Amino acid sequence: MLNIGETIEIRFHGRGGQGAVTASIILAEAAGIEGLYSQAFPEFGPERRGAPVKAYTRISKEPIRTRAPISSPDVVVVLDPSLQPSIYLQGLKSKGLVIINSKRDARSIAQELGVERVVAIDATGIALRNMGVPIVNVAMLGALVRVLEYISLDSVAKAALKILFNIKWEDNLELLLKTPSIGEKILGNIRAMVEAYKSAEVLMT
Amino acid sequence: METKLESRVRQTRVILNSNYAAAYAVRDADVDVISAYPITPQTGVVEKLSEMIAEGELDAEMIHVESEHSALSAIIGASAVGARVFTATSSQGLEYMHEVLHIASGMRLPLVMAIATRALSAPISIWNDYSDLMNVRDTSWITFIASTAQEVYDSIIEAYMVSEDPRILLPSIVAYDGFWMSHTYEPLYIPEDRKTVLEMLPRRPRYTLDPDNPITMGSIVNPDWYYEIKYQQVEAMKEAYRVIREADAKIEENLGRVYKPVESYLAEDSEILVLTYGGIYGTLQTAVDLLRSEGLKVGALRLRLWRPFPARDLKTLVEDAKTLIVVDRAISYGASIEGPVALETIAALYREGLYPTIASFIAGIGGRPVSEDDFRDMVKKALELGERALKIGSIHWGVRGAEYE
Repeated sequence: MLNIGETIEIRFHGRGGQGAVTASIILAEAAGIEGLYSQAFPEFGPERRGAPVKAYTRISKEPIRTRAPISSPDVVVVLDPSLQPSIYLQGLKSKGLVIINSKRDARSIAQELGVERVVAIDATGIALRNMGVPIVNVAMLGALVRVLEYISLDSVAKAALKILFNIKWEDNLELLLKTPSIGEKILGNIRAMVEAYKSAEVLMT
Repeated sequence: METKLESRVRQTRVILNSNYAAAYAVRDADVDVISAYPITPQTGVVEKLSEMIAEGELDAEMIHVESEHSALSAIIGASAVGARVFTATSSQGLEYMHEVLHIASGMRLPLVMAIATRALSAPISIWNDYSDLMNVRDTSWITFIASTAQEVYDSIIEAYMVSEDPRILLPSIVAYDGFWMSHTYEPLYIPEDRKTVLEMLPRRPRYTLDPDNPITMGSIVNPDWYYEIKYQQVEAMKEAYRVIREADAKIEENLGRVYKPVESYLAEDSEILVLTYGGIYGTLQTAVDLLRSEGLKVGALRLRLWRPFPARDLKTLVEDAKTLIVVDRAISYGASIEGPVALETIAALYREGLYPTIASFIAGIGGRPVSEDDFRDMVKKALELGERALKIGSIHWGVRGAEYE
């Protein structure tokens, strides 16, 4: 598990339209639900579908003061494996963690990227199975909280409902999954998150 | 900003960006008429307000217009008949409003406007700096510059308290960093019950257009009276300082948050002070911690109130420091000191009889990030240059090709 320590800095990498920015906001909201301090903002630029996109989330037990973009992240979350590794590995801390949407196993990814810690998850497959569309951001958050201390899957589910669908869900995740009236589209997202949480392959040395 | 644990008003913790924080404050102030023309990075404010009106959360008129010039004109009309009004803009939109800004303050209407600050064209830049805000400093609008989403919320409430005060009747701007704040989600507290906000904002009588009691507003005035009327604005702007301090006290009493015209961090025993404004104050505080760990006695100051300019507060804070470094985020082209806040600070300290070594830096233009390392290196550069720093004018930080020895 990743201990938050003072502050944990997470950088999301995706392509325009994949929901990297939304993922960064959902995570900040989830940290807020846990009573932590958080901050989420995108790398600003002209919004173009398909272009590489960066978004940042900081989580801390103390108020967060800095507003500088994250240049040496503790974690990078890669929504799209077709991105150049030189983009998402930039500045990654020596014991930094790569959470990547990939069908490959964590060890071979770690070897190829030259990093020690990898969480591999076939988020595209999971999203297609659960939602019928390759939107992977909520699934990637499921894989992330698998290794993130202090943030529960419950909180991510609540945050996702709030940010994506403007729904305030007060009960737990178990009950949510047993509430078909909430709608198939919403449940698809949540199921994808749970499946990613369970099936993520974690390589932490 | 300092937060007290207990406050009179019960509050709830939410995660919002500064655009949405502005919208929630406008909702809680029960604004009657909103008119705006969306422009990035301000768009989120009016998007959220439209949503609130559509959902029935806010009972207000949203007037759709074809330009910012009309947006401000529309709320001037609404304010003239007694409505509580709001608009928001950025960059070119604010420039397009310019002549109407003077009309609003000259007519003594208590408008409130949010500005997500942004660079100006050309070349086109949608990113952050404070060129837009600094261009409107002489329009007689009370101007707050916030540094967190929490402060954006609180300052909009405070702006209505001050603008609508019968002793003032001037419009107010609440500015915050475009993108660096307008698009950054962070926690803040907002009152659970909107009634508690309305108790802080009683509707007060003022002169309005009324067919039963006709008056004229904004008529032509001959040279024998124009100056006296404008002088009343000079007086009102000076008086605004005292009313703002009263409003700060009410915010503290009701919401538990303490605001000062100039905020400070570790300033008391500092030999070197760095003054800036807006969201990068947080980054500056982190840099101060870094520099202190290296043994330098450095502190941070933040200008929260830009108009009226809090010269005496600044004097009190700077009194014991040897070096003052001002970090601006706008350029006054051709000025002797090109940083607008540096220029103003030097004038204010001279007025107060204070002459520290001053260095003026300009950074973050057109959205270039300003990091902890930038602040640290600016402090080191200022110490290296000493008295020579100000002879240069302003130091344009990180610009390729610009060298200062």
